Amino acid sequence: MNVVVCVKQIPDPADPGALDPTTKTLKRDAKLILDESDSYGVEMALQLVAAAGGGEVSLVSMAPNNEISGLRTALAMGAAGAILVSDPALQGTDALGTAKVLAAAIARKSPDLVLTATESSDGYTGTVPAQIAELLGLPSVTFAKSVSIDGGVAHVRRQTEAGYDEVECPLPALISVTAGVVEPRYPSFKGIMAAKNKPVEMVSVADLGIDASQVGWAGGGQDIIDIAAAPARQAGEKFEDDGTAHERIIAFLEQLKVL
Amino acid sequence: MAKSLSKVWVFGEATDAKVATITLEILAKARELSDNVEVIYGGADAEAIAKTLGDHGASRVLATGDLGGGLQGVAVAAALAAAIAAGDGAPVLLFGTTYDGRDVAGRLSVKIDAPVITNVADLDLLGDKVVGTEPVFGGSINVKTTFTTDKPQIVLIRPKSFAAEPSGGAPASVGSLAVPELGAAGAAVVKTRFVEEATGPKLDEAAVVVSGGRGLGESANYALIETLAKLLKAAPGASRAIVDAGWVPYSYQVGQTGKVVKPLVYIAAGISGATQHLVGMKGSKNIIAINKDAEAPILGVADLGIVGDVHKVLPKLIEALQARG
Repeated sequence: MNVVVCVKQIPDPADPGALDPTTKTLKRDAKLILDESDSYGVEMALQLVAAAGGGEVSLVSMAPNNEISGLRTALAMGAAGAILVSDPALQGTDALGTAKVLAAAIARKSPDLVLTATESSDGYTGTVPAQIAELLGLPSVTFAKSVSIDGGVAHVRRQTEAGYDEVECPLPALISVTAGVVEPRYPSFKGIMAAKNKPVEMVSVADLGIDASQVGWAGGGQDIIDIAAAPARQAGEKFEDDGTAHERIIAFLEQLKVL
Repeated sequence: MAKSLSKVWVFGEATDAKVATITLEILAKARELSDNVEVIYGGADAEAIAKTLGDHGASRVLATGDLGGGLQGVAVAAALAAAIAAGDGAPVLLFGTTYDGRDVAGRLSVKIDAPVITNVADLDLLGDKVVGTEPVFGGSINVKTTFTTDKPQIVLIRPKSFAAEPSGGAPASVGSLAVPELGAAGAAVVKTRFVEEATGPKLDEAAVVVSGGRGLGESANYALIETLAKLLKAAPGASRAIVDAGWVPYSYQVGQTGKVVKPLVYIAAGISGATQHLVGMKGSKNIIAINKDAEAPILGVADLGIVGDVHKVLPKLIEALQARG
């Protein structure tokens, strides 16, 4: 079974950066890392391929500047190779444009299964998985809490407001996985060394047969018209615990009539 | 705001004939934008929800009928695209940022090749174009985005952005929305629905929320949060860090990914207050935070900020509450 995992390389969330006031996009100066949300999809793909008794896990990613440091992390976990769509034209691309690019790259691999996170940690539109599935004409099961494959059919527990749905979906399909569904492995030293020699195919937007007008700011069909500081919430009382903090909390709750 | 739009479509959601709160929140806004608000519903029991929808300002509900276990995303998007192609569309389509809302909006955006403005916490009109306000960087900055195309405007709205209030309208009339042949894309089928045993108030509806984070140290210590929540009749919540670590399920997560909560009291224990988390709880009326790091961002938004060790403060708090009976 062959699985493609969509992964995003993002600025370290511990150092979230800022909006560039001129380009109105996220500044991405620092080194990018693998979005932690995507590590679950990578781990899930490795486990499903192992359970199927054979096949390959490939990565598909998109970045405006040839960045591959985050991809190396996923390759070190065990993915066999990656396609990186890297093109200056991608600067400012919205969710739909992103989905068009990723779908075209995924189509090159004709996988049995496409895995994604539910949303990226830095952009979090949460629409890209459904958009990719629609572009590829695939059924999709989003917000998976668990996934198993049996005889070419995926059995998925899909998160709902009330609990979860047990969903059956024939392959090929796209599944988006929630965080915490599996325990992502730490890359071994051997894995890290092997990752350096794994193939990362660099392709441009034109290589995928996508017109540059479909991506970037121009392709978005939307425009940022204002960026302003939100009204700040003021901090209240600060209390250094001297063993009586619980009394302060109870007094506060009594005042609000919660107690 | 002038009711200048000829029609607004709102994606409606319901469980067991009870309309979802987010649908009512969006209806409250939609009826400010247009006198002609229609609810799009991917299910069979539209008659059962027509009264509530009408009472919140919808004039009509367009329902697909029974989807036979099929997921809403692919079916409702196809039905909407067909209605739009037939010339029956609305210039603005509003969806909640929910599991199914994002699926429908995403698939529809591909079908009609139109962008989606996401994570909207407030919206306005500029002429006939929607302007969505999206809080970024933990809600410290508001970004306003508008559409530059003449295609139907698809907007995903965050929960708790508007107050659900009845407007006293007559029951909505019920119409049908035909679902075209879906082909392979429609092959996913729900076999069984499981309702998880809820042991208290719902996270996004509770008056009090008690959330724990990495500062709890280890998974077993989340029991402190559950015990405290029970004593306060609160819903237990979590930071993304401990959801990612597998301590609690995704459904516990409060934040920009996960649930948005606005309770009367939010108690954050051992949560540093990453921007990811702040977006989901900053709208709480009162915030109590316990963190051993005096510089933790969560203390910057807390009405009562305890600089202390959760392993000492929580057991004492629990003991004191138990003593009160």
